[in-house]
Amino acid sequence: MNPNISQIRKDFPILSTIVNEKQLVYLDNAATSQKPIQVINKLTDYYKNTNSNVHRGVHTLSGKATDEFEDVRLKVAKFINAPNYKQMNPIIWTRNTTESINIISMTWANDNLEENDEIVVTAMEHHSNLIPWQRLCKRKKAKLKIFPINNNQELDLKYLDEYINSNTKLVSIVHSSNSMGTINPIKTLIKKAKSVNAKVLIDGAQSVPHMPVDVTDLDCDFLVFSAHKMLGPTGLGILYVKKDILQNLEPHFLGGEMVLDVSYESATWNDIPMKFEAGTPNIADVIAFGSAIDYLNDIGMSKIREHESELTAFALNILDENKYLKNNSTLFGPKNILNRSGVLTFHSDIAHPHDLGTLLDNEGIAVRTGHHCTMPLMKSLGVPATLRASFYIYNTEEEITKFFECYSKSLRFFDNVR
Amino acid sequence: MDDLYQEIIMEHNRNPKNFGTINNPDVFNEAFNPLCGDSITVYFIFEDNKIKDLKFESQGCAISKASASLMTELLLNLDTDSATKTIQEFHKMITQNEENDYDEDLLGDSVALSNLSKYPNRIKCATMCWHAAKESIIDLNT
Repeated sequence: MNPNISQIRKDFPILSTIVNEKQLVYLDNAATSQKPIQVINKLTDYYKNTNSNVHRGVHTLSGKATDEFEDVRLKVAKFINAPNYKQMNPIIWTRNTTESINIISMTWANDNLEENDEIVVTAMEHHSNLIPWQRLCKRKKAKLKIFPINNNQELDLKYLDEYINSNTKLVSIVHSSNSMGTINPIKTLIKKAKSVNAKVLIDGAQSVPHMPVDVTDLDCDFLVFSAHKMLGPTGLGILYVKKDILQNLEPHFLGGEMVLDVSYESATWNDIPMKFEAGTPNIADVIAFGSAIDYLNDIGMSKIREHESELTAFALNILDENKYLKNNSTLFGPKNILNRSGVLTFHSDIAHPHDLGTLLDNEGIAVRTGHHCTMPLMKSLGVPATLRASFYIYNTEEEITKFFECYSKSLRFFDNVR
Repeated sequence: MDDLYQEIIMEHNRNPKNFGTINNPDVFNEAFNPLCGDSITVYFIFEDNKIKDLKFESQGCAISKASASLMTELLLNLDTDSATKTIQEFHKMITQNEENDYDEDLLGDSVALSNLSKYPNRIKCATMCWHAAKESIIDLNT
């Protein structure tokens, strides 16, 4: 059964907000998603009825908070189909995707990378999956290789053997591009990486919220993503680490909660995953995130992907039929629905995306304008910035029609006075 | 949208004044807007403490280009004290304190940008070039 979008929309209070005297059309989901009432209620309910610190204290509330907190860890492990998660939970809470990547660069990669080793990223990485590797490679005298893309901003797989070879230690790649909407063939890349004994980190910030992602099937070593892009609260990131690496991984932050025994001279670490979470964790947001996972599971990740693909096809069709837009605006990214997400990125010579974004905002339409934290990619495309519309489960064809109407109108406004 | 994109701003965006580079400037400064990656460079030639020539080069939106164009028109031929004063008044106008007590007479056509105070997330677009100019005058005097 297809999800009932109008019913879903009722769960998101913010969608009925009036912005600049217009009904909000929220198309900035790649930046952050909106939150359903179930998540908002869970958050306030926790603070009203359960608030307590976890993993310490014998009192009732502390036990309740700990149970709920750990239940969500199980839920998330199941959500990405982590192998044997009931024996050893491989989910580590962080602040966001960026922190998850930084942690791996400072721990596993720092311990294992040697001079002349190679790390492979793609030309479409978010700064968070580029800069940590730049610094590490400089320190270690290792090489950072940038996997090239073709004219449709897809990975150019003819370079597969050249870029992923016996020198490769780590392949750290984005699953779904936040700025181009490209869905990368990560299975092919993981398979190739495994054949040369390289480890693989998948940046799932834009894929885990929008499609089924199964780490058992993928066989990746690390998966990182953020709660706030998938109906959950801000300030919570996820780091999945495969068991064999996790068992030998050193903790990055030290202090409370992550220890078993401490003397003035030394300390021993707590069990996995607690040894990776020093200090009081983000308890309330983890617990509220559980409601976001429930919400996504109730709809089904395949259905979410299907809905967004339909919206994308609808958008591509409008573009195809609108001669003015076709002639005056460029859409980046793959044209094939199968390997593109609901992220649509535009450039026009007529006006700067910032100016267009302000005109769209006047119509209540929220889009992102800028470089989307992919400055090197923007430079290689020869544009300073783009205008990005990104969809989620609650968006409708009517909203997309309105977006294109206002986008054309805004372009014409600048076009007429050129 | 008309209150922001007034005709005078659109005209300066279309045909910016003093757009380009100066080959051997006395001072130049580049300003960035890290939010969008836009950048602007302002070049100065001074003579007897006066701005004898200034030009700007930018990659940015209509607001940033128009603001820079308007700024170069205003600052050309001013002595550095008057230029500093003009820059201060522009900042007052754009950030619009409650008294709204900026000196309109100093700001010429750039008052067309005063409505920008209603668009807080666009203020940086307009102020980038003015920051670069301010830095340049400081550089000259140090």
